[in-house]
Amino acid sequence: MEKIRALIVDDSSVMRKIVERSLRQAGLDLAQVIEAGNGAEGLAALQNTPVDLILCDINMPVMDGLEFVKQLSAVEKMKSVPVVMITTEGSEGHVVQALSAGARGYIRKPFTPDQVKEHVIAVLAEKP
Amino acid sequence: MNIPRTTATPSAVRQGWLPTLQLAVQEVFELMLACPLAIPSDPMPEEGLDVTSMVGMAGRLCGVLTVRCSTKSAARIASRMLGIEAQKGGPELWDAIGEICNMIAGNFKNKIAGLGDGCMLSVPTVISGEDYNLRSLVNEEIRTMLLFEAEPIVVTLEVHN
Repeated sequence: MEKIRALIVDDSSVMRKIVERSLRQAGLDLAQVIEAGNGAEGLAALQNTPVDLILCDINMPVMDGLEFVKQLSAVEKMKSVPVVMITTEGSEGHVVQALSAGARGYIRKPFTPDQVKEHVIAVLAEKP
Repeated sequence: MNIPRTTATPSAVRQGWLPTLQLAVQEVFELMLACPLAIPSDPMPEEGLDVTSMVGMAGRLCGVLTVRCSTKSAARIASRMLGIEAQKGGPELWDAIGEICNMIAGNFKNKIAGLGDGCMLSVPTVISGEDYNLRSLVNEEIRTMLLFEAEPIVVTLEVHN
């Protein structure tokens, strides 16, 4: 598998580290991991550095994950970057909202590294 | 912590929530910390629980979910979450215990029909210290104690409506 650049968007720095560790446990060869504390920071980070994969929380201050995905989907060059939501919001309504906004995967917290592996490998395999 | 005891008897529906709350807590610790929690056979003293994490709930269920534990337990939780040496304080400790509370609240509401979409969670707040009074408009309270590495953790759902 080629080296991956990942963006992790979550207002919890502990959760960002756990997600990064899960990606490494999934066997991903991470060339770079960029962290952002909310959707606005995530969009700003993407201005400077392109990524291959985005993992994003929903409930965050300033800009939540759903708004982040919506804005991301409106940028032509970012449409192909897979986004996986990782969130405590586990209802079907939230899943539908996230997938409609442009997310490709959805993981409910609490989660296991195996769940992260399964979703991430699936969305990376779909990438054109 | 001193909580004024004006709590009414839980409604018939909410009486069934205790095992759901316990399951929600146990799943968070098992999945995120690889640590099963036991339910103590006998009541244990709630002394030295000087870290309190709180998440507000609003919508079809209004209330507050709190997780109380000792600083030592909070450090062990952060250590297990991050896979690093336990430290007694610092932002990562507060962040970790706040995130645990957030995941318990989310996991609990996702298990109750109608709450997944109908109840919003606040960002967590963490209080350090035991000498404080917490007053909220509580109508009902569901409380459970579980053992994390033989140390008590008290999880309370205070319901406002």
